[in-house]
Amino acid sequence: MAKHKKTRKRTAKRKAGHHSSHKHAGHKAHKQARKTPQPQTTATAPAKQIKIFLNEQEITCTPEDYIFDIAEKNGVKIPHLCHHERLERTAHCRLCIVDVDIGNGKGRLMTSCSTKAADGMKVNTHTPKVLEARRINLELLLANHDLNCPTCPKNLHCKLQSYAGDFMIKDIRFSGKRRQVPVDNSSVSIRRDDNRCILCGRCIKMCNQIQTVYAIDQNNRGFDTIVTPALGHTMAESSCVNCGQCVIVCPTGALTEKSDIQSVIDALNNPDKMLIAQTAPSIRAALGECFGMEAGTEVTGKMVTALKRLGFEKVFDTDLGADICIIEEATEFVKRFKENKNLPMITTCCPAWIKFGEQFFFDELHHMSSCKSPQAILASLIKTYYAQKIGKSPKDMILVDIMPCTAKKYEITRPEFSGEADYVLTTVELGKLIKEMNIDFVNLPDTEFDNPLGESTGAGVIFGHTGGVMEAALRTAVDWLEGKSLPKFEYNKALGGIETKKEAKLKIKGKTVNICVVHTLGEARKLMEDIKAGKSQYHFIEIMACYGGCVGGGGQPAPINAEILLKRAGALNRADNKKKIRKSHKNPAALSIYKEYLGEFGSEQAHKLLHTSYTRKAYK
Amino acid sequence: MPDINKVLEKYSSPGDLIAALQDIQKEFGYLSEEHMEALSKKIKAPLSRISGVATFYSMFRLKPIGKNHISMCRGTACHVHNSETLLRFIEKKLNIKSGEMTDDGHISLETVNCIGACAKAPAMMVNGKVYGNLDEKKIDKLIEDLRK
Repeated sequence: MAKHKKTRKRTAKRKAGHHSSHKHAGHKAHKQARKTPQPQTTATAPAKQIKIFLNEQEITCTPEDYIFDIAEKNGVKIPHLCHHERLERTAHCRLCIVDVDIGNGKGRLMTSCSTKAADGMKVNTHTPKVLEARRINLELLLANHDLNCPTCPKNLHCKLQSYAGDFMIKDIRFSGKRRQVPVDNSSVSIRRDDNRCILCGRCIKMCNQIQTVYAIDQNNRGFDTIVTPALGHTMAESSCVNCGQCVIVCPTGALTEKSDIQSVIDALNNPDKMLIAQTAPSIRAALGECFGMEAGTEVTGKMVTALKRLGFEKVFDTDLGADICIIEEATEFVKRFKENKNLPMITTCCPAWIKFGEQFFFDELHHMSSCKSPQAILASLIKTYYAQKIGKSPKDMILVDIMPCTAKKYEITRPEFSGEADYVLTTVELGKLIKEMNIDFVNLPDTEFDNPLGESTGAGVIFGHTGGVMEAALRTAVDWLEGKSLPKFEYNKALGGIETKKEAKLKIKGKTVNICVVHTLGEARKLMEDIKAGKSQYHFIEIMACYGGCVGGGGQPAPINAEILLKRAGALNRADNKKKIRKSHKNPAALSIYKEYLGEFGSEQAHKLLHTSYTRKAYK
Repeated sequence: MPDINKVLEKYSSPGDLIAALQDIQKEFGYLSEEHMEALSKKIKAPLSRISGVATFYSMFRLKPIGKNHISMCRGTACHVHNSETLLRFIEKKLNIKSGEMTDDGHISLETVNCIGACAKAPAMMVNGKVYGNLDEKKIDKLIEDLRK
């Protein structure tokens, strides 16, 4: 896909060069080259330049551009609920309507998200006619919506609510029957409340087209239409992998994370228990956004302080779990690579991907690394190694994981991990809890993680973005395969990019290692189908379910787009660069745990505590 | 009982969904979850999609039908000829709601949007046969005959 795009860009540039001998044409073509051209039309000829009038301002564009995008580029923000940059344009919500006059003087109301520009088109985005029609559409949506906004989990973060404010809706002129269906609380990760659904279809497109999980779809007809798993089954019974990407794109409170805030508050007020928190790598890059801080602000120190003020006795860093995960995973990879067995090996840090694999590719589970995720590794070390070290029974400890991820809520309920972590709070939930406890997050001082489970390397930090696990694994695996310590830390810069599939070839000791990094489960599905068909050339694969990896996890603050993801990833890369030690197998804390407790890398004790197994999962 | 594999034999792509559902319903009288799961595997369409289509079109039934099946027309022409009152009459007489089946499995009732017999409105179909110009008396007799 990425490759294809590049070719197109090159073609356009070549054309620009060709035209540049003519002064006028050259100017136009140059403009064209900077744009990312649309498929097909530009493969043969550069797209035609046309003019439209947007609110009487003349604008040059191509006939392939959508009015909505042209307006955004020119500083006109059109309200919209169903349109999303990564999803198909289906024009469900009818809020982005604009007045379009194609030259006959009669303006028509058209949905700007799905209407392409035409030469001479006059577009007006806020005439009285447009505003009144939008208001009617919004009121109709609100008329069939559960309006208990203050008690909604999306209160103050809801797009429908904010448009109601922007439009200054004072009363709703329409009243009548309202959809009343039970809330689906069956899933441990995601709460589905159809009474707050506006049928925009974003979640369905995310689940079916991007993630290819096919857990939900529209059922029934007309007024009775709801978004639901097949045949009235619950979310828990469905093929839902708990990735929470639907939660990220849902504009209202219809899909939200299943909140564990109250359970954690209760635990924090239990005087008989020792409260411990661990925080995943990507929380530090996104938590600040819950408090209005700029995306990509690293807030590690403030986060630890906030957790301490909430009442956690110890705050540990999941990055250490990540380092130990790399040590075990690299040991496993080196062994598999030398024996040429069960290749490609696939990373297993992502619980949504694991459930996806167990459901749809259960014959290929031997490709998965047997390593637990960093969360589960640190959780099991806290309840065994650390408990023993401080002479406490694991029963007297409560471990709360702060994760970017709704699927982690599911992961801790897997029977293999019982007795390890007790609760998972997402980044968004932690933000809410900090606010509830009146902590002024932005002005907090910094605190370091607690020892002995708070020390991590740069390799552990970059786990939080796509390509990071692969990069971290290579820093260790290549050293081991080469048999010496290399000064190298970056194996392929492109691995950190936002393209959903990235690949690289490495030469190690005369042998070629083919690696691949994918994010989004749709990409993972394609890759797995190749593996199933025996067509895969890869040796080592990283799979993350969410777009951008954990920085774009289902428990992270929305909105999420490529720009925000790169900023969050940038924060992690900067943190990596700042670290003195940047290779997992050099982490002194990890090494001393091996020395004191686990034995050799990949030892029997390590396998007992740090590895797991996968089985076929049935779904409805 | 027909064999589901035989019914699905000629279908292979997701585009066959509606035709395959119609065939299943023709053979089994309704769409069971088991049959839709078999279809999902055969044409490689997710069950959620099949469920979406099966619940969208009113021609598809998700519950089994009785030995005798009544389809009450609720199209426009029948509506203006009082089919709603007649529907309530049948529901009361059989003690079931539209879309349900009597406890003994003898009679099931559903409403359909139009059976194309507008000239005979109000009309209904019993076991595929059209009965028109209905009133409560006629319906009462029809049902008594079915019960025999």
